[in-house]
Amino acid sequence: MIHFDNVSKVYANQNRPALDHVSVDVDKGEFVFLVGPSGSGKSTFLRLVLKEERPNSGAIHVAGKDLAKLSNFKVPHLRRRIGCVFQDFRLLPNKNVYENVAFALEVIGKPRRFIRKVVPEVIELVGLEGKAHRMPDELSGGEQQRVAMARAFVNRPMILLADEPTGNIDPATSIGIMKVLDRINRTGTTVLMATHDAAIVDSMRKRVVELEDGKIVRDQSRGVYGQAY
Amino acid sequence: MRANFIFSEVWIGLRRNLTMTIAVVVTVAVGMALLGIGLMINSQVSSLTSYWTNKVELSVYLCKKDSPFEECRNKGAITEEEKIALQTRLKAMPLVERVDFETQAEAYKLFTGQGVNPVLKQATRVEDMPESFRVKLRDPDKATEVVQSLQGAAGVSRIINTKDLANPFFDFLEKLRNMALAIAFIMVFAATLLIGNTVRLSAYNRRRETGIMRLVGASNIYIQLPFVMEGTIAGLIGGVFSAVLLIVTKIMLFDSIQGFMAVQLGWNSLAWVITLTMSIGVLICILASFITLRRYLRV
Repeated sequence: MIHFDNVSKVYANQNRPALDHVSVDVDKGEFVFLVGPSGSGKSTFLRLVLKEERPNSGAIHVAGKDLAKLSNFKVPHLRRRIGCVFQDFRLLPNKNVYENVAFALEVIGKPRRFIRKVVPEVIELVGLEGKAHRMPDELSGGEQQRVAMARAFVNRPMILLADEPTGNIDPATSIGIMKVLDRINRTGTTVLMATHDAAIVDSMRKRVVELEDGKIVRDQSRGVYGQAY
Repeated sequence: MRANFIFSEVWIGLRRNLTMTIAVVVTVAVGMALLGIGLMINSQVSSLTSYWTNKVELSVYLCKKDSPFEECRNKGAITEEEKIALQTRLKAMPLVERVDFETQAEAYKLFTGQGVNPVLKQATRVEDMPESFRVKLRDPDKATEVVQSLQGAAGVSRIINTKDLANPFFDFLEKLRNMALAIAFIMVFAATLLIGNTVRLSAYNRRRETGIMRLVGASNIYIQLPFVMEGTIAGLIGGVFSAVLLIVTKIMLFDSIQGFMAVQLGWNSLAWVITLTMSIGVLICILASFITLRRYLRV
């Protein structure tokens, strides 16, 4: 599903590479934690998957497509198959829960009838039934992140990228978020989650890929966060 | 493509940037109106030119007793024989189409009929008016040839080409047109910058939305279209105002000086001018929006 082959990325005006000859394979339906300290290259990895950045060398395949050969014109179609969740939720403050989720479908031109059908379903999936008409500022952090997850998942992507989704949320609420991610994973969606949160990684017992200074230092199935931290 | 979604985005954008939108509308309206006025004057000048060219005739004034003009000095009034000789000569010229004789009485009637200053009218007698031959030419462009050949003939005073009388007026119209076009050009330039700025502000205001749109895979046209539409709609509203200004200008200005112009500016040419200026206005708005978006909206 996601295939990195000897990928390196150096940002302009920086000597040290953000990713240094990274090779990873993530299969369909896998749940993978991407761990490592700040600046280790986790976010760069996710941005490369979305083709927001281009690698300096190496090849990236996502959902069977070679990103180097994917024209800019087709990048939006790639992104429709990838859902994204961020630490800062990125909801639209002037739209309610339903409208925030529906927005993702409206802007890719889905018909209204389809939107009316699937949005309530996905709102229920993330556990926000009965809160469809709340505004984001009336929701807790955990609930806002659930809205973001509903938006990321509403188009049934093949891959869900989560960049520190529990970074702004207290540990008790984080468990609920992880349950939703697990539920999404069980529908067959590949989940790739970048995180610092040792407790969560340890409790989930999923595959762990650890980055340090842009290099993969560990790739372990059913792993834990690691003793070093 | 969901039209109502795009339109609601456009409406939100226009409302958020109300002051900038108004600035764009006003600039486009004034710029396009001036461009239109320039074009209207231009069409007026060309139809007037052909009108005057058709009417061109030479007035060949004849010497009378104590005529102050150099050509007649010390010669006295034209004699009857000279008059007949001149008329025969004129009629024999291949360039001449028709020759009419204007008597002193006729000239006086024409002069006083022009709404002349009453004091001047009282001081003028029929005997003060010169007699003349009115010469209509086959080819108005060859007037100088005829004038040159007649100059110095016995009994001929001044020869005046009626077209020369209209020349200062043409010069004035041309200056007016150039000025209107120059200001229109500056306004168009200002409008381009303003639209660019409006789109830039709009893109900044909506960076959250566009960021999410990019993320969920909205196509470029879906992301850019609301911004381009904002510019286009502002341009279109400006165009409507400029059309109103142009119609008012036609009625208030062009129709009221129609007496001088002798040629009316028709509604047809006004419609043409309005269509042209509106298209130019909208086109400029679309171009300015696209160029700005390429710089400020990463897709």
